[in-house]
Amino acid sequence: MKSLKCLVSTFVLLVSWFSSAQSAAERSDLNLRTGVTDISQQVYSLHMLMFWICVVIAVLVFGAMFYAMFKHRKSAGHEAANFHENIKVEIAWTVVPFVILIGMAIPAASTLDDMEDASKPDMTVLVTGSQWKWHYKYMENEVEYFSVLATQREQIENKFNKGENYLLEVDRPLVIPTGQKVRFLITSDDVIHSWWVPDFAVKKDANPGFINEAWARVNEPGIYRGQCAELCGKDHGFMPVVVIAKEPAEYAQWINEQEQIAVARKEEEQRLLAMNMSMDELMKQGQQTYNAVCAACHQPNGEGLPGVFPSLKGSALILNDQQAHIDIVVNGRAGTAMQSFSKQLTMSEIAAVVTYTRNAWNNNTGDLVQAKDVNALMQGE
Amino acid sequence: MTTLTDDVKDPATDDASHDGHAHDDHSHDDHHHHIPKGISRWLLTTNHKDIGTLYLWFAFIMFLVGGAMAMVIRAELFQPGLQIVEPNFFNQMTTVHGLIMVFGAVMPAFTGLANWLVPMMIGAPDMALPRMNNWSFWILPFAFLILLSSLFMEGGGPSFGWTFYAPLSTTYSGDSTALFVFSVHIMGISSIMGAINVIVTIFNMRAPGMTLMKMPMFVWTWLITAFLLIAVMPVLAGVVTMVLTDKYFGTSFFDAAGGGDPVLFQHIFWFFGHPEVYIMILPAFGIISQIVPTFSRKKLFGYASMVYATASIALLSFVVWAHHMFTTGMPVEWEKFFMFATMLISVPTGVKVFNWVATMWRGSLTFEIPMLFAIAFIVLFTIGGLSGLMLAITPVDFQYHDTYFVVAHFHYVLVTGAVFSIMAAVYYWLPKWTGRMFDITLAKWHFWCSLISVNVLFFPMHFVGLAGMPRRIPDYALQFADFNKWISVGGFAFGLSQLIFLALLVKACRKRGEPVSDQVWDGAEGLEWEIPSPAPYHTFDTPPQIK
Ligand code: HEC
Ligand code: HEM
Ligand SMILES: [Cu+2]
Ligand SMILES: [Cu+2]
Repeated sequence: MKSLKCLVSTFVLLVSWFSSAQSAAERSDLNLRTGVTDISQQVYSLHMLMFWICVVIAVLVFGAMFYAMFKHRKSAGHEAANFHENIKVEIAWTVVPFVILIGMAIPAASTLDDMEDASKPDMTVLVTGSQWKWHYKYMENEVEYFSVLATQREQIENKFNKGENYLLEVDRPLVIPTGQKVRFLITSDDVIHSWWVPDFAVKKDANPGFINEAWARVNEPGIYRGQCAELCGKDHGFMPVVVIAKEPAEYAQWINEQEQIAVARKEEEQRLLAMNMSMDELMKQGQQTYNAVCAACHQPNGEGLPGVFPSLKGSALILNDQQAHIDIVVNGRAGTAMQSFSKQLTMSEIAAVVTYTRNAWNNNTGDLVQAKDVNALMQGE
Repeated sequence: MTTLTDDVKDPATDDASHDGHAHDDHSHDDHHHHIPKGISRWLLTTNHKDIGTLYLWFAFIMFLVGGAMAMVIRAELFQPGLQIVEPNFFNQMTTVHGLIMVFGAVMPAFTGLANWLVPMMIGAPDMALPRMNNWSFWILPFAFLILLSSLFMEGGGPSFGWTFYAPLSTTYSGDSTALFVFSVHIMGISSIMGAINVIVTIFNMRAPGMTLMKMPMFVWTWLITAFLLIAVMPVLAGVVTMVLTDKYFGTSFFDAAGGGDPVLFQHIFWFFGHPEVYIMILPAFGIISQIVPTFSRKKLFGYASMVYATASIALLSFVVWAHHMFTTGMPVEWEKFFMFATMLISVPTGVKVFNWVATMWRGSLTFEIPMLFAIAFIVLFTIGGLSGLMLAITPVDFQYHDTYFVVAHFHYVLVTGAVFSIMAAVYYWLPKWTGRMFDITLAKWHFWCSLISVNVLFFPMHFVGLAGMPRRIPDYALQFADFNKWISVGGFAFGLSQLIFLALLVKACRKRGEPVSDQVWDGAEGLEWEIPSPAPYHTFDTPPQIK
């Protein structure tokens, strides 16, 4: 029987594919990573346990089936037997799988208990997703910042060669210490996102209006990369997670620096309030900010995506109402994807990007918006 | 698929071989020999065979449309970087691909099979509610016209995934959402009407002696599926309506700012969604349970346990929904409950697989095309079932969830499961429908090309998923590039293979091929094999006696 042989050889091919995958179980392009936390290692072992149980079941079931296909085929002259019931066998193959399941359930439940126990953390980070970036806030320190995809647009559009960490690199990674229990509080400002670092076996949804918990105690210093795992709109594929784990001493030094930088920033912002920048400076800085922050939605040419993101080029709001323009960038518009940028951008950055959008792409209003104008609007409310 | 041509005749009575123009001569009591001609035959038909044919062709066309979208997805994912489509359009493609395949291809195909086969298998002359039957089919094309036309709106069609999680589908969605909601409503109404019809037919129209425990497995699985449909399609209708009112009428079911909860959406959706996956697989179990005994020349092993297993799967399917939501942040006790309940479902599912193997055991096996598809189903569906068991394990699901591992899992159960079973069914009953054997050479090409390409397509998805590639992304990191190339090549090959099937079906409907006997397959048992081939337009005007 020709087709029978074909069928069997296809099966053998599949099995060998499976098993060659196994000889390479450690290859991270084929299998789960063992990761760098005790939990992630437990998860990996559970995964391998499940995998091998499944392989054994598959081999037994398919083995019996292929045996019957060879031995009990009509072309080999086999006559059909007449049985169609066997209570003992039927009870056996109900009870035995049940017992195997219990064997799987016990270790799974105990790992689960460990994973979900986020109590007594050494430190806490608030992770907030928004369309299409992450925001990290260290609860015990005066440090918070946004973390945005760092891959150049030209790489994505195939104009430049793609770098080693294509799509898995951010401007400011999250930094945490090794050996400490770090608790993550996870939430969202807009749609549902999911914060995922495979090496920690942590994946938790960021639900707007609710806070989820997860935790990790990282054993080895290093750079760990993951991605947003819940469809969150157009650029869902472009919001990676990068975490750097540093030795505690190094971490302490880093967080101190960050606190100082934050203080210096605030002072700088106050200083800039008193200054007037020129059109050239504002346009240059504004274009940078625009491309980094706004272009994902409103597009680099300002024309937006019809029906999804409005065009800023020739927008009536921009051309006619400067206050409303500053207001929508500072406060966003509730119930739309247009979010508030008062947290993400400094007042001078907002001033620059507003100036830029008021003058680029033939908008040509000629208006200059300064940081103090933005400040006035923010104070006035 | 008997009847693309008009020369259908009723061999049961000689004078029915008159063409339509002669029907006036007949006395009133053989009015039903009148087969209207042309388009009005199809628009106005209340004949279960015609309606079955309509459903099956509609499903096949939708399969090709949804498949074309899958080709767009795979073309974009052939290489890293954005080449062909914008991310926004990519999301529309994945969303509409999923919706069309689930609601437009698999479900209507099973309804089509039920229409053709349930009356023939239980010795009934037609479905119990023939006019409603006509409606339940004819509203479907409009549902999908609405859905597809929304792709051409400004801002495009739905882009929030076939699962339409709020608030992405409410506050943050485009204006096509209203059309999406409307079309899902119509699909739901159609499914419910189909399900009511199946239930009423089975309960009221069985031939004398056809007790419940004598019904063929296909009839049993469809009966249980129909109850699932009636239970959960209203839940789907409810949740899309809540999406509609949240978006357009100021309610806040899913908006925390108004006191709602976005996770509530997921609970409601998956309370529909998990039974839905059984709606797409139980009739497949029924089909395989018809085909395997025929080509093993042996009765189905453990008929009663098959019935009980189907019923317990259906009942359990109502208490496992949150296994799709482990990462949403549930109390750990809930997570355990849903993990254990999900693992439990694998017991009756295992029983089914074991029973099929035991049916083949010490049979007298031959490997005609339907049997080849059935065997491929058993192996590949089981692979999908086993990866499903892995997904049930909550701590590991945190790693698998929303990656390509899940995409691999559900395509193994849906494509090599549900779709292969539908193909097996079409090959199995097609000769009965047309009265001719289909082109076996083409069928072999179709089978082997599909079998090989479908594994090249979906097997490596396990690997990229485990390695960390999320689903629903238009572009990916470089370490996933090699496998994605293979996946895309497999995808194109699988897509092309279905054109062979198209050619075969067109040929079969043109009545090419050798005439077949009434029994068609040596070893086939059941009422549908006792009526003439091709099946006459009206069957069982007087009910048969079942011993
Ligand atoms: C996540 C996507 C997104 C990002 C990023 C974004 N916007 Fe918007 N923006 C929108 C949407 C959506 C609207 C339309 C809101 C509505 O429906 O009223 C909008 C509206 C606007 C408007 C009003 C346009 C009009 O004609 O009504 C302005 C001005 C604007 N955005 C400026 C900006 C600037 C400046 C930035 C960068 C700092 C930015 N946006 C970043 C999505 C975005
Ligand atoms: C023709 C062969 C097919 C190919 C090449 C294919 C390919 C794909 C791919 C690549 C995805 C993932 C998209 C993403 O996550 O980015 C997908 C999603 C999906 N497919 Fe298919 N598929 C095929 C057939 C089917 C069939 C027959 C069904 C159903 C019976 C189906 C049901 C689904 C569903 C439900 C989704 C999820 C959509 C979503 O994420 O919202 N597919 N398909
Ligand atoms: Cu996201
Ligand atoms: Cu489920």
